[in-house]
Amino acid sequence: MEKSIKKYFPIFALPTMVAFTLGFVVPFLMGIYLSFCDFTTITDAKFVGFKNYARTFGDPSFLQALGFTALFTVVSVVTINVIAFAIAMLLTKGIKGTNLFRTVFFMPNLIGGIVLGYIWQILLNGILEHFGRTLTYSGAYGFWGLIILLNWQQIGYMMIIYIAGIQNIPGELIEAAKIDGATNGQLLRHVTIPMVMPSVTICSFLTLTNSFKLFDQNLALTAGEPAKSSQMLALNIYETFYTRTGWEGAGQAKAVIFFLIVAVIAMTQNYLTRRKEVQQ
Amino acid sequence: MANKNADNQVSAVRRAKHGWILTLVFSLLAVAWLYPIFLVVINALKKKAFITREPFALPNGRSFFGIQNFISGVEKTQFFSAIGNSVIITVGSVAVIIVCTSMCAWYITRVKNRLTSAIYTLCLFSMIVPFQMVMFSLSKLANMMHLSNPIGIILVYLGFGAGLAVFMFCGFVKSIPLEIEEAAMIDGCTPLQTFFRVVFPIMKPTTITVAILQAMWIWNDYLLPYLVLDLKRYKTVPIVIQYLKGGYGAVDWGTMMAMLVLAIIPIIIFYAACQKYIIEGVVAGAVKG
Repeated sequence: MEKSIKKYFPIFALPTMVAFTLGFVVPFLMGIYLSFCDFTTITDAKFVGFKNYARTFGDPSFLQALGFTALFTVVSVVTINVIAFAIAMLLTKGIKGTNLFRTVFFMPNLIGGIVLGYIWQILLNGILEHFGRTLTYSGAYGFWGLIILLNWQQIGYMMIIYIAGIQNIPGELIEAAKIDGATNGQLLRHVTIPMVMPSVTICSFLTLTNSFKLFDQNLALTAGEPAKSSQMLALNIYETFYTRTGWEGAGQAKAVIFFLIVAVIAMTQNYLTRRKEVQQ
Repeated sequence: MANKNADNQVSAVRRAKHGWILTLVFSLLAVAWLYPIFLVVINALKKKAFITREPFALPNGRSFFGIQNFISGVEKTQFFSAIGNSVIITVGSVAVIIVCTSMCAWYITRVKNRLTSAIYTLCLFSMIVPFQMVMFSLSKLANMMHLSNPIGIILVYLGFGAGLAVFMFCGFVKSIPLEIEEAAMIDGCTPLQTFFRVVFPIMKPTTITVAILQAMWIWNDYLLPYLVLDLKRYKTVPIVIQYLKGGYGAVDWGTMMAMLVLAIIPIIIFYAACQKYIIEGVVAGAVKG
């Protein structure tokens, strides 16, 4: 059978491969090459070696954005996963209205980052006004504003995945633990959490990469104000490219570093949490 | 025996009592969860001076503005043409992605050689590459190839979205027993007929998952269409919302609120119509991804 399918390559695989090459492979390779060049557009690139990387690490706004993003990622991964898991635990107890609550909590996830940013800008600025502040009063306000926004958006999504994980735990396992006299705390620590480790892997991976790569919400909520103090990496890269003339090369170098960090995080995270999963 | 029954009754009573409190707590939480949306809706009906001054007040005789914000917002942003563009781009891209990547995934799973395993590895790899890495060269390339319109951008989405879709379809194809396809081929089906009459219908659950995940991404995507499209002629919904802030000096919060409401309405309708598929799709997608 393989032989008869094989000659159909142009029909089955070629369209995707052409688009994939144009939409990913070529831009990716060009991106790496351009990070070593001076350029204003892709046709006038001149090789300059590591100059762009040197400029990147000499740019305080980049280091500031890197720190902000790292801290933001840690806080949001913890808050989103803990709250989502807690809600999932309570919503699997079979209480009335479970489906309705699930529907409501998931809903914000469908709304895009730009729209979310403005929704929360009006709400949070309305509250802060009573204290004579706004979201752009200092970087810390932007930070916590973004944390609240992202929690609202992503808790529902992660909750859905945790609910599926919890429902997959065999009932006998919990029964057996109860008969052996396990308390609720022990049940949670020694049965439920180890059994939902695959869901934890997925959810922490998703929240980690989503938080680290956050762009739209950042742009719409504070746009990095005041003075770039609430600017995250993705927005910093964007601004380097499109608002600072002569910095395109540095922007691309930042993007390569950004990619490397995301790749390392993704692989480490995957390795660490997969180890903790229960063998079945 | 009697004792055990009594025990069961006690725990049933306790659970019900507990459940009632939980339901109440969650009802309050659900109302709070929806409050931001409600806030946008009430502010869309107010004059702009009242929005930033007292955002939490309900519209009253003085602040009520009817649908004026909607009228001026739609005029200013040409909102309906943006919705049209978003629909064309999202529906077109999702359809093209599903047909092309499912075919590609079947091919690279069934035909084993160096090329196909290289394609698979590349698709996996592309899933961890952030958009910023390719945004500059991708948008310049797209402009050079005249893809700066709602039809051309579909090709860009196929290219950039292929990784995840191919990966998910491959996962499913591996679970289809080879005998089914062999039987079809022996009965005289060409590979194309085998794929569209036998394999594609079996893949329906994965197709739904891929469609939902890609649609959620593409409908809400801001940066890719912003960089690729010819903005003088084509804008999408997220782009017009962002334009309300950037393009007209100080933000007119009245039209902003009204346009936010219009941007949310299609999403709510879509969610209400296929909620079951969306939630199942998200779970299935997460487990495979």
